[in-house]
Amino acid sequence: MAGQLSIAKALNEALRKSLEEDPKTLLMGEDIGKLGGVFRITDGLQKDFGDNRVIDTPLAESGIVGTAIGLALRGYRPVVEIQFDGFVYPAFDQIVSQLAKMHARALGHVKLPVTIRIPYAGGIGAVEHHSESHEAYFAHTAGLRVVTPSNAHDAHWMLRQAIASDDPVIFLEPKRRYWDKAEVGDTADLPLHDARIARHGTDATLIAYGPMVKVCLDAAAAAEEDGRRLEVVDLRSLSPVDFATLEASVRRTGRAIVVHEAPVFLGMGAELAARLTERCFYHLEAPVLRVGGYHAPYPPSRVEEAFLPDLDRVLDAVDRSFAF
Amino acid sequence: MTVKSTTRARKKAAPAVPDTLPTGSGAPLDEGGRPDLVQLLTPEGERVEHPDYPLSTTPEELRDLYRDLVLVRRFDAEATSLQRQGELGLWASLLGQEAAQVGSGRAMRPGDYAFPTYREHGVAWCRDVDPLNLLGMFRGVNHGGWDPNEKNFHLYTIVIGSQTLHATGYAMGITKDGTDDAVIAYFGDGASSQGDVSEAFTFASVYNAPVVFFCQNNQWAISEPTTNQTKIPLYRRASGFGFPGVRVDGNDVLACLAVTRWALDHARSGNGPVLIEAFTYRMGAHTTSDDPTRYRLAEETEAWRAKDPISRLKAHLEREGLADEEFFASVEAKSEELGLRVREGVRSMPDPDPTLIFDHVYAEPHTLVDEERAEYIAYAASFEGGENL
Ligand SMILES: Cc1ncc(C[n+]2csc(CCOP(=O)(O)OP(=O)(O)O)c2C)c(N)n1
Repeated sequence: MAGQLSIAKALNEALRKSLEEDPKTLLMGEDIGKLGGVFRITDGLQKDFGDNRVIDTPLAESGIVGTAIGLALRGYRPVVEIQFDGFVYPAFDQIVSQLAKMHARALGHVKLPVTIRIPYAGGIGAVEHHSESHEAYFAHTAGLRVVTPSNAHDAHWMLRQAIASDDPVIFLEPKRRYWDKAEVGDTADLPLHDARIARHGTDATLIAYGPMVKVCLDAAAAAEEDGRRLEVVDLRSLSPVDFATLEASVRRTGRAIVVHEAPVFLGMGAELAARLTERCFYHLEAPVLRVGGYHAPYPPSRVEEAFLPDLDRVLDAVDRSFAF
Repeated sequence: MTVKSTTRARKKAAPAVPDTLPTGSGAPLDEGGRPDLVQLLTPEGERVEHPDYPLSTTPEELRDLYRDLVLVRRFDAEATSLQRQGELGLWASLLGQEAAQVGSGRAMRPGDYAFPTYREHGVAWCRDVDPLNLLGMFRGVNHGGWDPNEKNFHLYTIVIGSQTLHATGYAMGITKDGTDDAVIAYFGDGASSQGDVSEAFTFASVYNAPVVFFCQNNQWAISEPTTNQTKIPLYRRASGFGFPGVRVDGNDVLACLAVTRWALDHARSGNGPVLIEAFTYRMGAHTTSDDPTRYRLAEETEAWRAKDPISRLKAHLEREGLADEEFFASVEAKSEELGLRVREGVRSMPDPDPTLIFDHVYAEPHTLVDEERAEYIAYAASFEGGENL
């Protein structure tokens, strides 16, 4: 694999490898064939694997996920593309009521190895319904695994691991990072659900995932100039959460700030803050703080900068943490 | 406007689609090899009659329709170039679909209500919605930007198919109120695959709702051809739900006008919904971020160019001597004027204040939103004058 790849290309390679390795793997979605998907993640795959395996579906999200469930019941391993975050809701019922629960209802006798890829979150100046972060809905639902990479290496290997998983996986792709390049190594260095320390530090822990990891790394670099050494943990998996890595980090630094794009209220940060408070109470110098979106619909693109956490908002939270 | 009694909902339905359809050039054929769409104006600009959809028009009406088509196309072209110049984030062009939109839009009465997708700029024009309103969303300064009830033109809807249910519910409300208004719901051929659209058909049919489903079959849903959505001509779906479906030449403004007028009257008289499939073509890209060369052939686009909705009406006006040079020059002048107004209007459209994020999230006060607004204002103020980086 060696070489610098964009996240988009790393995902494309992961799909290609998965199609090669297992004849039961199928890709399904709108415009994924000749067009290669609106983000070109499936570029060239229909040409090489045929339209029996890379399937352009009718424009019907409930239909796409519902039939993927049926294909999985028949022994296939469907990898579904939802074109944009805001278009997964028509399929929400199939995902949370059916896909998530069938394995348990059948007492483990059926497996649902369905991967649902969703380009998510904002920052690309798009119109309505093209910038949403809905990870909390999915992570809240037992039976689903939810993961999101932040760099090309993880994008590649986490997608391959997700497709190989016998459970349904919601695979969230940080669309504004699609074109960011990084070295993609020859092996997955971590299990799918492990968090990764993206930068070591001693003074506070920034916890982020997907598109916000880069923002936190930039904030940590800026804080270093002020003499603060921030640790950045890339969560990678939102369900399950690797609390062991988080706890160890927070015990060392004594401070934690969770950063995500989704609205703060009842978001991932709420869960992380609560658990870390329960588990690291005596090690904390300050309450676990959260930085995220507001309790408002994702705004029109000309004001999305005000909605999205940026370096300043992260550093502001760091200041607040130190002020306790 | 007369108000009819609610008993109209119990009237017997009018006969469904006529068995025999007229011959018109350029028409696709049905399974029996018969022409399969209603046409009143051939691509060469020749007026033809249809027994079921008669239409009488004055020369002035024809000239007005022509002016609408030209202005709508101009507005669309201006928006496309404004996107290229970075003034708009995205644009969904209606190029090629002007006749379907102007024909159907002009068939509406003032009390009727339209529920559009995101491409109905021509319908908005007919409803007298300021074209600049449509651009705010594509510029990224708002998510809608007009009061839908002012001109009975609902907000654009991006999630495919959703609005067909809203239209149906609105129409059910009309029935309950006992007025003789009607509703028209726009959607694409791709949208016909969505569950919501099938559910809208079911509700409309079961409750006899006065709603016309106007499907612009422009042959493509981004890269997917109509054949990826359906095995039968779309208009025939209606029969399975128990209401009439008609296919009309979507590049023929007169046919679109006549058929939609008939359908709206059919619906408003208590006979329930109608599905119209306007058979047309998207001449441009799906949106300004799409690249149609990846999935369709230039020859196909060229073949449709010969059916251009504007040139065929122009040919008709010229052939019948219904408009002179002076008229065409005046339309051209109006078009220039509109182009300038749109260009300047967009360029001077200000960015909203970020506190807009917190406006109108709820109709009544909400403590969390109020708290977050205050936090945001304090945070933003902390930068003012200070060293903010
Ligand atoms: C629920 C949903 N899924 C996917 C999309 C992305 N998308 C936007 S337009 C479009 C194609 C629509 O095709 P069609 O209904 O034929 O209308 P047209 O754009 O051709 O007018 C798609 C897939 C969306 N907006 N909503």
